[in-house]
Amino acid sequence: MEQDWIWGLIGGLLIGTGGAVYLLANGRIMGASGIIGGLVDGSGRHHWRERGAFLVGVLLLPILLYPLYGEVDTHITQNWGVLISAGILVGVGTRVANGCTSGHGVCGISRFSLRGIVSTVFYILAGGLTVAVFRHLMGWI
Amino acid sequence: MRVIYAFIAGGLFGAGLFVSGMTDTVKVQGWLDVFGDWDPTLAFVMGGAIIPMAIAWALVPRRKPLVGGAFPTPPDPQVGRELIIGSTLFGAGWGLAGLCPGPAIASLSYGGAGHWIFAAAMLVGMAITPGLRGELDRRLARG
Repeated sequence: MEQDWIWGLIGGLLIGTGGAVYLLANGRIMGASGIIGGLVDGSGRHHWRERGAFLVGVLLLPILLYPLYGEVDTHITQNWGVLISAGILVGVGTRVANGCTSGHGVCGISRFSLRGIVSTVFYILAGGLTVAVFRHLMGWI
Repeated sequence: MRVIYAFIAGGLFGAGLFVSGMTDTVKVQGWLDVFGDWDPTLAFVMGGAIIPMAIAWALVPRRKPLVGGAFPTPPDPQVGRELIIGSTLFGAGWGLAGLCPGPAIASLSYGGAGHWIFAAAMLVGMAITPGLRGELDRRLARG
């Protein structure tokens, strides 16, 4: 457990390097919600190959790394109501805000984007409040 | 080439999410859980990701993307109502399940059924957003 922060840092550097490649090679901002959302609502149709290739990479590397780890427990809740409400909130919220942890967080903060910083403050506050209420007050999660 | 670079970027992103533990919902909720057993890992992931990204942004002004075209325009300074509303809704969902869009995709192969349910709901949310936005705009316009 005490190595968690080291793996966090290594993983973070890989994530940031992915964002750097996407920016310097393709000239685009690596935002997961924008890449997925553009395919879902059709607004990113003209870049579908690029978006699709990105998502194949996101899916494939964990498949390749998984055997090295053996067992990975994501501790996901089995409560369908929570999963469905959370999924819809994340889907709608990231599209209305036009970004998520990768786009507003990683790519926005690193260029001192006011929108990225404000968005990050609000989703962290909302996330913290949600965990406080639903875990400690209601005991649902 | 655009497709190959995108695949490499996605691969790095997916590998990073996997090794950092960001597809583990306990770690993400642990970071948000300031009143419980607080887990600082996410801050290291964010910090680690911002370093290469800041270097990339510093390189942008003097060059062009490898595949040609232009870099994104400078950040929009406009913080509107949609940014606040959207980020708040997203944060609530993020806290509830401990997943955001990147890890939602990265974890599909090994996370089990719960991840597919979350991802399906997220795609539905993304699909209905243009309609919701249109409705919201009409209501706001009417006052």
